[in-house]
Amino acid sequence: MNAALRQTLSPARKPCGSLRVQIAGETCVLRCSGALWLPAYRALVAADLHLEKGSAFAARGQMLPPYDSRATLDRLEAEVAELHPAMVVLLGDSFHDARAISRMPLDDRERLDRLSAGRDWLWLEGNHDREALANQAGLSSPLPGRIVGDLTLGGLRLTHEPEALTAADDRHGEVAGHLHPAARVVGYGRGVRRPCFVTDGSRLLLPAFGAFTGGLNVRDPAVSGLFLKEPLAAVLGRDKVHAIAWSSLP
Amino acid sequence: MVAAGQARQHALLVAPTGGGKTLAGFLPSLIELAERGPRPATGPGSGVHTLYLSPLKALTTDVERNLMTPIREIGLNIHVETRTGDTKQSKRQRQRDFPPDILLTTPEQLALFCAWEGARSYFADLKCVVLDEVHAIWSGKRGDLLSLGLGRLQSFSPGMRRVGLSATIEDPDLIRGWLAPRLPSPLAGEGGSRSETDEGLLPTAPASALEAEPTPHPSPSGPPSPARGEGVILVRGDPGAPAVIDVLISEGKVPWAGHTGQHAIPEVYAAIQRAGLALIFVNTRWQSEFVFQQLWAINDDNLPIGLHHGSLAAEQRRKVEAAMARGDLRAVVCTSTLDLGIDWGDVDLVIQMAAPKGSSRLVQRIGRANHRLDEPSRALLVPASRFEMLECQAAREAVADNAFDWEPIHIGTLDTLAQHVMGVACSEAFDMQALYDEITGCGPYRALTWEQFEEVVDFVATGGYALRTYDRFARIVRAPDGRWKARTKDIAQRHRMNVGAIVSAGTLNVRVAGRRGGASRQLVAGRKVGEAEEWYFEQLTPGDTFLFAGQVWAFQGIVGTDALVSHANDKDPKIPSWGGSKFPLSTSLADRVRTMVQDPDHWRVLPPDVQEWLALQAERSAIPDAESMLVETFPRGSRHFLVAYPFEGNLAHTTLCMLLTRRLDRLGVGPLGFVVTDYSLAVWSIKPMDQIDLDALFQSDMLGDDLEAWLEESFMMKRSFRNCALISGLIERRQPGAEKTGRQVTFSTDLIYDVLRRHQPDHLLLKTARADAASGLLDVARLGQMLARIEGRIRHQPLTRPSPFCVPVLVQIGRERVGGDAAEMILDESAEHLIAEVMDEDAP
Repeated sequence: MNAALRQTLSPARKPCGSLRVQIAGETCVLRCSGALWLPAYRALVAADLHLEKGSAFAARGQMLPPYDSRATLDRLEAEVAELHPAMVVLLGDSFHDARAISRMPLDDRERLDRLSAGRDWLWLEGNHDREALANQAGLSSPLPGRIVGDLTLGGLRLTHEPEALTAADDRHGEVAGHLHPAARVVGYGRGVRRPCFVTDGSRLLLPAFGAFTGGLNVRDPAVSGLFLKEPLAAVLGRDKVHAIAWSSLP
Repeated sequence: MVAAGQARQHALLVAPTGGGKTLAGFLPSLIELAERGPRPATGPGSGVHTLYLSPLKALTTDVERNLMTPIREIGLNIHVETRTGDTKQSKRQRQRDFPPDILLTTPEQLALFCAWEGARSYFADLKCVVLDEVHAIWSGKRGDLLSLGLGRLQSFSPGMRRVGLSATIEDPDLIRGWLAPRLPSPLAGEGGSRSETDEGLLPTAPASALEAEPTPHPSPSGPPSPARGEGVILVRGDPGAPAVIDVLISEGKVPWAGHTGQHAIPEVYAAIQRAGLALIFVNTRWQSEFVFQQLWAINDDNLPIGLHHGSLAAEQRRKVEAAMARGDLRAVVCTSTLDLGIDWGDVDLVIQMAAPKGSSRLVQRIGRANHRLDEPSRALLVPASRFEMLECQAAREAVADNAFDWEPIHIGTLDTLAQHVMGVACSEAFDMQALYDEITGCGPYRALTWEQFEEVVDFVATGGYALRTYDRFARIVRAPDGRWKARTKDIAQRHRMNVGAIVSAGTLNVRVAGRRGGASRQLVAGRKVGEAEEWYFEQLTPGDTFLFAGQVWAFQGIVGTDALVSHANDKDPKIPSWGGSKFPLSTSLADRVRTMVQDPDHWRVLPPDVQEWLALQAERSAIPDAESMLVETFPRGSRHFLVAYPFEGNLAHTTLCMLLTRRLDRLGVGPLGFVVTDYSLAVWSIKPMDQIDLDALFQSDMLGDDLEAWLEESFMMKRSFRNCALISGLIERRQPGAEKTGRQVTFSTDLIYDVLRRHQPDHLLLKTARADAASGLLDVARLGQMLARIEGRIRHQPLTRPSPFCVPVLVQIGRERVGGDAAEMILDESAEHLIAEVMDEDAP
């Protein structure tokens, strides 16, 4: 089947083809949505939601659609409905800027309350939302859940920003977001660019989960410099996560 | 022209290149300015008298030079200046403080003027606007913006005259309609008493070779309609001596397929040797690289042959242009970058490599040769294949018959209107009703409804979202007096940085790569070679070699907005340049080709091998009449093929294939792929297709749900949405301090598109993007006409093997790069094998 045809025929969608990897002895399920599932803890982890990014641009005069929070929460809700997590961990930069929480439409706010009911809900602080999270207690309706700096689950240390690599590889077991990794894959005479997980079995980077979040090419030194040996890119396809060897990424 | 000027009439001057059009457009202004007394330094009468707008920046400089010569020779005290995006800030400021008499500029600058504070008083004295090369611009988004700008100027200076200059076109009334203001204006004003119906009484033969043609009288009942250009005088220039066009009948045989014309390179070289200065036009920049390389490979005389296309670095292009002007070059291989306006030296031969695709473009290109009206221009057409031989012959006959390509009706786009409305609000507070009246007086927007206008204003203010959360961030706000204006100075300033309707495709700088030392061996960017489209590099993997700027390069990688390359030692590039034409075959030329094919008497004008090929097709399969469409089905290898011959151009064929394969998939035949040419299309499948009801398969209802469903997912919609988002101001191209690159913008508009499509599918920009995609990239209107034409007229030929006609499209299959699960297919056979199979008498 040639590339042009592949595009015109929409194949039947299959259930999410996740990818399982072991990081620091823990089973990590890399979901097609870009979220991470830790079955041992029944924990759902998502990074860089950047809620209210659209309205942040609108406030500065660029009227991007006000539907990004809604689209992001739709996807998070679908994951919660499928996995019934006991714990949801948002890995920082959940809100785009300091005023994002107060700009959020009421029904989206209420959806957060509904989603978090009956489970442990953790907001990790990120560079974009540290101020928003610090001030939210003063709002008329504060956020549900707990706000933490970072979090340890068994052999894994969950944090927003990955720390620089040292020779001793003391970052073993680190799970981080922040960088919005994306990979370019070439085939069928054209290239596609998609968000991806990046892991070398020692540490794991999550793609950004937000609807309006762009990506940074994994070939950028900011990403590739975090790994001692060549990592693997787990690229988000429509129906499955594709494990792609580093050497085949242009 | 002078008479039209003195009568204070709007005018459209239609004349071939080389007729002194531009000067004729200025003549009335020069006379008026010469007769004018001393000019006041300030106050009334001190402003710009004539504004000249050209679609090409370079043309403004050229015109300034041509205009200054007579002004200086006669000793007139007339102040002429140019202004483009490249003009220095200090000069721009001086032009604002001390306006020149004649300002030469571009449509983009006009859009910027419209967004100026104080634009109304700046242009209060404007007497005349001259629009050059108007045929090249009127029917697109730049034309929309230009028309809206003209409406603005007319409201600043109601007595302003509009003068359009156009190359010869099929229906000048379309441009007259575009040019005409709402009413055949009260221009006779100022003491004159000429009424509209006097037009026909204008003295004829007013200026040397230029003759005014009586315009049709307005219908006696009802007001005159500007839609057909009433109120605009049509002046036709001397058509000049008819061009001498030859079609190259190659010594070698005309190839069955292909689009490079490689077989004819020695003969093209010989033609260059005989000519003084030859322009060799090709249809794409990649083709130009190829032809350039091929010519140099046999350039035993070391003739100075240059290369000119839009991707080359600007300095490199300037060098080639200067060398042409000096007479240092013998030939230049070029693309449409040299189609318009400027004359660089004494070209005496135009060579068109591969078929011209339309007669209007061909005439324009031929006009590049020999700018004296009394001598014929000389041109040589070089067909690259047998179908192109038919097309070249048809084009030659079309030019001889003075038949030009039809232009489709153009309706003003709403993203462009949104940009204009924002610009107006940045300039001054506007009243909605008054602005609506002004806009519906502009050619492309005559049919704009009040509801559409309200929707656009709402979009400009708050983005036009059903979820009304942005009211407090509105970009334009309503004052207590009901008038709208930009909310803050900052918002207005940012808009001014983003005007214009040219959206360049994401391009990357092509730079020579160096390597930084150390363990990382990181690539670093070096000298810039030029720029090229991002999509081209997206399909390359490091190590692939390709042709650019006349050399073979190895692709190293993309870093930021740079494509890094290194010198390659290979003589032949690994990745073939994309050789297809970007212009689809024009409708009128397609008609001529279809008519020629079905008429054996007409074949005599063709070379013997092409005649044989046609006769063989008639014997082996069929040659349908001009109104019917031939469909062949046959097995080949383990696959089954369906080949159809609509002759409707590559865009319409691609759209048709997209829709056909969806249907074939539902019918369970397992389509595996398709390819198209300008003349034909081929689909191949797992199961046979000869039992399918073809009338049902080609039913025009495919343009309903099937089109809709496919379009939503297609990358063409995303590309089209990106353009609309940039033009409408939803996304800013430039922000204070940091220029957004096309690359970053592409990514984010895709995200916006996905979210908007799900949450507000009827949003203004999605509707606009859909309409753009349907009319431009997909050629849906043309496809619709074709499906209606062939209804009940499909001629099905079930065959046991490929026919002579299907070779060009089947060869195309091998050209497409395939991989993965497609690699098993037998697609890499050479064209020679295929032709042998077709010609083999004993084949099963």
